[in-house]
Formats: sequence, C-alpha cells, structure tokens
Amino acid sequence: MEKSTFRVKVGLAEMLKGGVIMDVVNAEQARIAEDAGAAAVMALERVPAQIRKDGGVARASDPEMIQSIQKAVNIPVMAKCRIGHFMEARILEALEVDFIDESEVLTPADEDFHIDKHAFKTPFVCGCTNLGEALRRIGEGAAMLRTKGEAGTGNIVEGVRHLRTLRTQIRRLTMLGHEELMTEAKILGAPFSLIEEVAAAGKLPVPNFAAGGIATPADAALCMALGAESVFVGSGIFLSEDPARRARAIVEATTYWEDPKRLAAISTGLGTAMHGIEMEKLSEAERLAKRGW
Amino acid sequence: MAKTIGVLALQGGFEAHARILRGLGHAVREVRTAADLTADGGLDGLVFPGGESSTMLKLIGFSDLWAPIDAFVRSGRPVLATCAGMILAAKAVAGPEQASFGWLDVDVTRNGWGRQVHSFEATTDDGAVRLVFIRAPRLTRLGDGVEVLHTFDGEPIAVRQGALVAASFHPELADEPALHALAFG
Repeated sequence: MEKSTFRVKVGLAEMLKGGVIMDVVNAEQARIAEDAGAAAVMALERVPAQIRKDGGVARASDPEMIQSIQKAVNIPVMAKCRIGHFMEARILEALEVDFIDESEVLTPADEDFHIDKHAFKTPFVCGCTNLGEALRRIGEGAAMLRTKGEAGTGNIVEGVRHLRTLRTQIRRLTMLGHEELMTEAKILGAPFSLIEEVAAAGKLPVPNFAAGGIATPADAALCMALGAESVFVGSGIFLSEDPARRARAIVEATTYWEDPKRLAAISTGLGTAMHGIEMEKLSEAERLAKRGW
Repeated sequence: MAKTIGVLALQGGFEAHARILRGLGHAVREVRTAADLTADGGLDGLVFPGGESSTMLKLIGFSDLWAPIDAFVRSGRPVLATCAGMILAAKAVAGPEQASFGWLDVDVTRNGWGRQVHSFEATTDDGAVRLVFIRAPRLTRLGDGVEVLHTFDGEPIAVRQGALVAASFHPELADEPALHALAFG
C-alpha cells in the first residue's frame, strides 16, 4: 500500500469536478453548504470580503474551528494557509484536512518561495492568473489549481481574465513546434517537462477550478463555459440575502451550465446578491491576485 | 458490438469513465436529465462514477431523477458503480446514514478508510489490478447473491450481482478497463 501518491492527490481533485466548494466560517454554515449540495467546504475564520474590510494580517484558522467543521459534515473539508507558510500547512495536515489551499487571500508569509507541496501527504490547491504560474505551482506539487480572480469582490471580471488567459496560452502551446517549446518555457517561467505535457495534451495535467468573484449562478455557469472544471465560492454565498437558496442555485448552475432555460429558472427569486466592488475602486495594494508569483 | 453507455454526469469523476468506455469502443452519453436516459433509443448501460455521494443525491432530487434512474437500473441493463456510485447502489449506508437506491444487496460505510491523507494506491490480493482508493467506502455486509470479484487485504472491494458491477476503488483513475469490459463488454 502506498499512501498519498500524486495520483491519489489528483484523484480527489478529479472527484470534486462539477461540484461547488464553499467558504464557511462555522459548523452551521458548513451544514447549510452540505445540505445545498456542496462537494466540499473551505473552513476559514473570515470570508475574503470580511478580510478586506477588517484589514490586518490574515492567518490560518484556529484548529478548534476547523475541527468543529470536520465534525459537522461528511464532505471533504479544506483549509487555507498563507503562501510560503509551510508550518501552517503542517498544522493543517496534522488536523487531517482533505485539501490545503495555499492562498493569496491570507497575508503572504514568504514573498520569494511557495511551499514545497510534494513534501506533504495532503493535496494542495493553489491560485493562478496565467499558465506560467499554474505550471510553477504544479511543479511544486499542487494537485489542483484555481484561478485567483479577485477574492471578496463579488466581481467576476478578474476570474474571467484569468480563465481566458489560461485557455489562450494553452491553445497557443498546442500549435507550437517542439523546437519552440524551450523558449516558451523560458518566457512563461515554467518547467519544460510540464510545457511539453500541456502542448501534447492541450490541457493542464491537474483539474483547474474557478475562484474569486463568483456571486451568482450565471457567474458559475460562465466560468464553466470558459473551461473551469468547477467553482469555489467564497463571500458570494454567505454574504447574500438567502445563503441556502443561493448555495443550491450555484450547485445546480455548475451542473446545468449548458442549459440557459434551466439557468433562468435557477436564477429566479434568489434575493439580493453580495454588494460587490468595482476593480477601479481597489488600489494596487488591495489586489489579492498580485500576491504570489 | 459497440454500445451507447451513459455516464451519470451530475458531479464527480465522469470524464475519466467516458475515456475508458471510448477506449473499449463504446459511444458515451453524459446523463444529467431523465431525457438523457431515453433519447435516441435509450442507453445500453449506465455508469455511476465517483464523486461526493451526498452532492449527487441532492442533484438527483433537484432534477427529479430518482424514479427514472431507478426504473432504468431495475430494467436489468448493465451498470457499473464506483466509489460514490457504489454508495448510491447499496442497500444501506452508514457514516452517516443516507438515502440509497438499494439495487445491490450490500451495506457500506462512507469514508471507510478515513480522510484524504489515508487515501492510497495498492494492488488486488491476486496482484492483477491496480487500485486507487480516494476517501473510499468500505463494504460491511454482502448479501447471499453477491459475488466477490476482487479483494484487498482479504476484504471485498469489487462485487457483482446480476448485471450490476460495483467497486469501492477507481478503475477509471488507474486506466484499468477490466471492470468496464466485464459490465458492458
């Protein structure tokens, strides 16, 4: 028996495809998420919009809070650690969370080095804004990717940018000759072997989900149409008027994204979505997607 | 002969199953609605993939799929159910209790090997099949009519009852087409 191989790590990501991963801050929200059909929950102390509002240093959550959520639900429980903070990650692994998100939503602990994720038994998910960043994270051992979008804004524009960028860059790779790939690896700053793999397969070697700014069923469906294999919803559910209903609607929209009539029905009467922020109102320092490299 | 096999595509690992089925020469249809079960002369078989069984149950409820799926399987057409799929097929589910179709006379416990850090790769006791277990369910009771196909560490992990083949592991993640071939030819 061989535990926690890369295949086993990516295997869990495969099983989460088409499912919605919801941010929750307590056991009660976790139960609401599971009842609405969430495929997993992300346990954290404050949703990204609240972190934005409060300011200060955002760190990994209190183990007691994570354990209370593990007790409350039977779907996988994920938790976030700061970029580069391998000690927070070790603590999360000791708690047996099912996935660790090395996340730009928390305040980075290391501006030069991300965590060596191959050194862990727990699978990692990491954010990306383009193909080079995606492949660097896979090179470090990430078993799942998510676009960063701009967390806590309820604004899908950055998520769309990142999904489209990835898709265009992957397509470009498939059209290049083998002799052109090393130069591409240099330009993208990505491992050559992974560049070769993507050029041959036309897709990333691990599942890629969308995250950052998803607030409506239509946002989730848009991300699926742009090539996301599922979605993370952070502030969008529990900062809306009717979280249980919106959660279920986003779950349905992620499965039935190709059926506009069904999406119309799903989107009806959900109450007010989270308020949201325009990108122009955010200073460069407030842009979470710029964290990590 | 090439058949058209449906793969329940509400959530989970349906794409990997589709790849294996196509490799065996079958046509594949993703099933998300009752109409997908019956369109164009219907389907010759159905796969219940891995994923989150509680999420699939919700989506089956949201889309009124319980009765059409139940009727399809009870018609006796071949079925392959892996991991979460096996949980849906079982007679009784523990850890915690949840609804199931009960086609397969077995009881299962969800996440029977523990959380993700305990997920593992191995081979069957006879060394014939590579195994990938992801937060896998465990078979805790087998009915009289249930035939054991594979064991790991002495315990049953793949079974057959009539036209229904079920496994607690993921043959689709290990490029192992044998169970698909057994179920659908």
